[in-house]
Amino acid sequence: MNTYFKKTFIIFDRELKGYFRTPLASIFLLVFLALSSGMTFFLGRFFERDQADLTAFFAWHPWLFLILMPAIGMRLWAEERRSGTIELLITLPVTNTQLVVGKFFASWIFTLIALILSMPIWITVNYLGNPDNNVIFISYIGSWLMAGAFLALTSCLSTLTKNQVIAFILSSISGFILVMAGFGLVLSAVRSWAPIWITETIRSMSFLSHFNRIQMGVFDFSTLLFFVSMIVLCLWINIQLVQIKKAD
Amino acid sequence: MSLKLISAKNLTKSFGDFIAVDNIDLDVKRGEVLGFLGPNGAGKSTTMKMLTGFLEPDKGTIEICDIDLQKNPLKAKEFIGYLPEGAPAYSDMEVSDFLSFVGKMRGMEDSKLLKSRLSDMAEQINLKEVWNRPIETLSKGFKRRVGIAQALIHDPDILILDEPTDGLDPNQKYEMRNLIKNISQNKAIVISTHILEEVEAVCSRAIIIADGKILANETPENLVNKFLEGDFVSIITSNIIDKKLIKDIKSTLNYKTVKIESHKKNQTQILIKDEKNKLNLNKIMNEIKKYKLDINEAGFLKSNLDDVFRKITQQQ
Repeated sequence: MNTYFKKTFIIFDRELKGYFRTPLASIFLLVFLALSSGMTFFLGRFFERDQADLTAFFAWHPWLFLILMPAIGMRLWAEERRSGTIELLITLPVTNTQLVVGKFFASWIFTLIALILSMPIWITVNYLGNPDNNVIFISYIGSWLMAGAFLALTSCLSTLTKNQVIAFILSSISGFILVMAGFGLVLSAVRSWAPIWITETIRSMSFLSHFNRIQMGVFDFSTLLFFVSMIVLCLWINIQLVQIKKAD
Repeated sequence: MSLKLISAKNLTKSFGDFIAVDNIDLDVKRGEVLGFLGPNGAGKSTTMKMLTGFLEPDKGTIEICDIDLQKNPLKAKEFIGYLPEGAPAYSDMEVSDFLSFVGKMRGMEDSKLLKSRLSDMAEQINLKEVWNRPIETLSKGFKRRVGIAQALIHDPDILILDEPTDGLDPNQKYEMRNLIKNISQNKAIVISTHILEEVEAVCSRAIIIADGKILANETPENLVNKFLEGDFVSIITSNIIDKKLIKDIKSTLNYKTVKIESHKKNQTQILIKDEKNKLNLNKIMNEIKKYKLDINEAGFLKSNLDDVFRKITQQQ
């Protein structure tokens, strides 16, 4: 491993362990598992649907992530700025890119852990019937990618403030806009007056429409590209914001 | 490598309309401890933030061990250990974890080296008893020491400490100053403070800064000598002293200045000063015996940096 990645990894490692240093990690994991399975069984009518798939599980993820991803990511930069440790970080021999990427991956891998812990529901559905495991696997990947986009957005916005609560609210609202962009209600409201390309642009920006395609087992290049470029764009802005806001 | 470990030229930094640092030059050599003195908001911290690469100057250049900090920040930062104001640290981490994190980030990949540096720090900075405690549970003194340890972990050539003794009790201050003195031989150290005795205790040179400008750049002794008239002897007597008597005393003592400083009821204070010749209190007392004065009090008064500081910064 060269020095560049090594330092990024050290940042990543500290940040990831940071989640487990406080009760935050266990509380988050509990809430995620409780909410995701609760929604699946009660709101998603997992049993009544009488189908061996995890549609009822994944369908709630965009809404769940709207709250949970900001909760994971809100501290990434807001806390560094509040406590002044950002001054330590920036005066270490590392680049802002290494810092931003290391921190982002810590939160993203933490989400992966949460998703992996939800796998009993996959086992359950396999026990009860014969689901299409390809679709489920793709849905997991898609869910993780979408979580990454939410987290990158949160990380970026948490640079704007020293207050974690404000970072949380900003991220939730921005995430909500991005999810709602694909909602039929919004689209039809726009469609009535705007040219088709605007409607399509809005729809293509939506987390929901991309995620819905994945849920149906359609994992095409454009969807991958959408989430990855969303992450890259947010992190790029994040790097610039760290430079601008570090001394405020 | 030249002797100058830090060399900054024409540093300028503004925040909006406010000029925090105004065109200052700064050199620090190996073995020097430079004290950065100034009222709050004078530009001390801003200057230090620029020297460590946290802030980019609007104008000017900084060379760290002959490396241009702006052009090659990653290389230059390796030579610097920095204690930011308030000694920030990850409060949820244990002291040992935090220091080994900084050590690794400072390039100590070799775990043997890191281990030996960590135990050096535990020993040298007296962190043993809190080694495995979360930083948030530590007292202010220990937190500050953790901050120093994190700045020293990679044994840097340059140490920049922003108010290293702020908030410490007198014993801790004494320890901290000793520590700084002990490690200063092979390093260039810059400390900022508004405690003047600290400058006298540890610094080999002092810079007084106010409104972003350097007002004085001298050794602490020179500062006193240059800006004040040195030490003086004060004699308080209950006799009435006239000008003739003063003249007589002056010719007997043969010191440059002998004058009446104040006159209160039945008390007169006489001041004796001489910049060139050392004042000798015994000699003075013997010589003026013949005037048969009732002396209530006699003693040395030392001019200190406080006076210099007030004098310089208020001239502005």
